[in-house]
Amino acid sequence: MISDILTALTDIFTSPTMYSSAVRLGGFLAFAALGELVAEKAGTINISVEGSLLAGAFAGAVSYDVTGSTWIGLFFGMLGGLLVGIVQANMSHRLSADQFVVGITANVLVVGLVGYFNGVLDPMTRRASVLEVPFLSEIPVLGPALFAQTWPTYLLYPLIPLTWWVLYKSRWGLEVRAVGENPQAADVSGIDVNKRRREAIYYGAILAGLGGAFLVLGQVGSFDTGMVGGRGFIAIAAVYFGGWTLIGTLFGGLLFGLADAFRLALPVLGYRLNAHSMAALPYALTLLVMYFITKEFRQPAALSRPFVRGLR
Amino acid sequence: MTEKDLVDMDIADVGIPRRRYTSGIENMLLYVLSIGGVLIISALLVAVTGNSWQKVFMALLNGAFLAPGRWGDTLTIATPMLLVALGMVVGVRAGLFNIGQEGQLLMGAMAMAFVGTKLEGPGVILLVGGLILGALSGGAYAGLAAMMRYKRGVPEVISTLLLVFIAFQIVGYAITTDWLLRDLDPNRPNKAVTSASLPEGVHLPVIRVFGNEFHIGFVISVVLAILVAYVLSRTIWGFKLRVLGHNVKVAQMIGVGAERVGSLALIVSGSFAGFAGAVMLAGGSSNFRLTTGFSTNIGWQGLLVALVARTNPVAAIPMAVLFAALRTGAGFLASTGVDRKIVDVVQALLVLALLIPPAIQLIRERRSARAAASEGAS
Repeated sequence: MISDILTALTDIFTSPTMYSSAVRLGGFLAFAALGELVAEKAGTINISVEGSLLAGAFAGAVSYDVTGSTWIGLFFGMLGGLLVGIVQANMSHRLSADQFVVGITANVLVVGLVGYFNGVLDPMTRRASVLEVPFLSEIPVLGPALFAQTWPTYLLYPLIPLTWWVLYKSRWGLEVRAVGENPQAADVSGIDVNKRRREAIYYGAILAGLGGAFLVLGQVGSFDTGMVGGRGFIAIAAVYFGGWTLIGTLFGGLLFGLADAFRLALPVLGYRLNAHSMAALPYALTLLVMYFITKEFRQPAALSRPFVRGLR
Repeated sequence: MTEKDLVDMDIADVGIPRRRYTSGIENMLLYVLSIGGVLIISALLVAVTGNSWQKVFMALLNGAFLAPGRWGDTLTIATPMLLVALGMVVGVRAGLFNIGQEGQLLMGAMAMAFVGTKLEGPGVILLVGGLILGALSGGAYAGLAAMMRYKRGVPEVISTLLLVFIAFQIVGYAITTDWLLRDLDPNRPNKAVTSASLPEGVHLPVIRVFGNEFHIGFVISVVLAILVAYVLSRTIWGFKLRVLGHNVKVAQMIGVGAERVGSLALIVSGSFAGFAGAVMLAGGSSNFRLTTGFSTNIGWQGLLVALVARTNPVAAIPMAVLFAALRTGAGFLASTGVDRKIVDVVQALLVLALLIPPAIQLIRERRSARAAASEGAS
C-alpha cells in the first residue's frame, strides 16, 4: 500500500506536464499575490483582490470578444481590476469605512455585476497562442515549465523585478513600507499616509485585474462567472506564506499552483481519488499552510489598522 | 487612551458619532442622496440592457408582497437571513469578521439532515435536537477559524472564507456517499443526488395567515434578534464583547481576554449561521432535502443584511425582510426579461451606499472637533 503511494507520487512529481501546469496555475496566483503584497506592505489586507480578479477576467473577456485582440483584453482587464481598487481604496482610506466591510461588499457587488452583464453579453474568447522561447525552453524540466507557455504568461516575469524595484528601491516604495510599519511616524515626516495606501491598492488592483485577464485569455480560454472561486483569498494566503517578502510570495503562489496542478495531474496519470476531496485540496492546503506559517513571520506592524491622524 | 479615542476607534459602528456636529437635516439629506444614487444606478443598469425599470419595480413588488402567498415566502426567506445577520452582528461587535456563514450554514443543515433522516425517535425531539446540533455544528466550524486566529494568528477573514469552499465539498461528499446522507430510496422523485427528505414529524410548524404560509422560524428569529440586542447592550458579556471590538488593548487592561471572548464571539457567530441552516432545512428549503447548492447565497446575503443594518440587531429585522423581498421579488423578473442577478447588484450597492453618510459625518465631526480644539488652545 505504502509503496503504491510512493510510486504514484514519484510518477506525478516527475511528470513534466505537472510543472508546466503548476506555472500556468501558479502564474495566475502570482499576478494577484504580487499586487496584494504591495497593498499589504502599505497596511491594507485588500480582500477585494477577489473582486479585482473577477472584474479583470470579465473585462478582459468582453474586450477580447469585441476587438479580437489579446493585448486590448489584457489592458481592459487591468482597468477592470483597477475600478474595484478605486472603490476599495477611496471608501476605506478616504472615507475611512472599515476595509473588510468595503472589501466583502465590493466582492459581492462584482459577482452581481458580472453575473448580470454576463447574461447579456456572453463573451466568447480563445486562448492566446503558446510561445516557445528559443534555447530557454530546451532546459530540462524547468525550460518547458517556464518558457513554453502562452505568451501572456511572460508578462509576469518583468513584473517581478519591477515590483521589487518599486517596493524596495524607489522613494514611493520606501514611503509605502513606512506607511505600513509606522503610519504615525510617516505622517509626521510629511507622507500622506492614506494617499500612499490608496496608491498601493491601485497597484495591487491593476495587477489583479491583469491576473484575471490572464486567467481567461492566457490560461483557460473561456469565461465563467465562478472561475475565480475564492482564489483571490489564496493569493492573500500566498503573501502570508511568503512572510511579506517578494520571493516568498512568488514561491507561495507557485506552491498553491503546484497543489492545483497535482489535483489535475492525478486523473490524467490514471489515479482515481474522491472528486470532493480533490476539489477541497487547494483550500485545505492553504489553510494548513496558513496555520503553520503565519506566526513564523513578522507582518507589517500596521497591517489592517486604519490610520486617522491623532489616534494611535 | 481617552473615551473619545475609544469612540473613534469603534469598528463596529463604523463612524456613528456620539456627539453630533452635523445637523439632522443634512444627515437625512445624505441618506436620501445615497439611496437615491443606488436607485438611479440600478435603473440605469436595467435601462442599458434595453428594459423598463418601471416594469422591473412592479414585478419585484408583486413577487415580494402583492401576489397571493408571496409575503409568506418573503418571511420564510427572511428567517435564515436574519439569523445569519445576527451572528455577523455578534462577530463584528467584537471586531471579528466571520465571512464564512455560507459554510457554517451548510454544516448546520447537514447536522439537521443527519438527525432527521438517520436517527429514530419522536418527531419533536428529533426536530429540537437537530436544530440544536445544527447550531453546534455551525459553531464548531467557526471554532476552527477561532482556533486558527488565537493560536496561530491566522486572520479570520481569510480562514472562514476558505472553510466555505471546504464545506461545499464536505456536503458534496456526504450526499454522494451511501453510508452518510445519500438518499438510497430507489423511488426518489428525480435522479439528482440529494439526502433523503426529512420525515413529516421533523418539519417546523407552519403559520397560515390570509393564504400566506411561513414557519415559526421567523418568529423565533425575531425573538432572537431582540435577545441579541438585549445581551449586547445590557449584559456584562455584551459589554466585554463591545470593548474588545473597540480596542483590544483597552480590553486587556480591564481584564477582557481577547482569546476567550473573541473565540466565543466567533463560535456564537457560527452557531447562528448553523442554526439558520438547520431552520432552512426543517422549514422546507429544497423540499426538505440537503443538496449541493442548498445554501443558495443565503449566507452571503445575511452577511450583507448585518452590514446594511449597521450591526444593529433590531434594525436587521426590517433589513432582512427587505433583502428577502428583493429575492422573492426576483422570482417574478422573468416576465420583464431582466436577469434576476440585478437584485444581487442592488443589495451590494445598498450596503456600499449606506457606508457613505456616516463616513462623511465622521470626517466632518473630526474636522469641527479639531477646529474647536485649536480655538480652545489659542
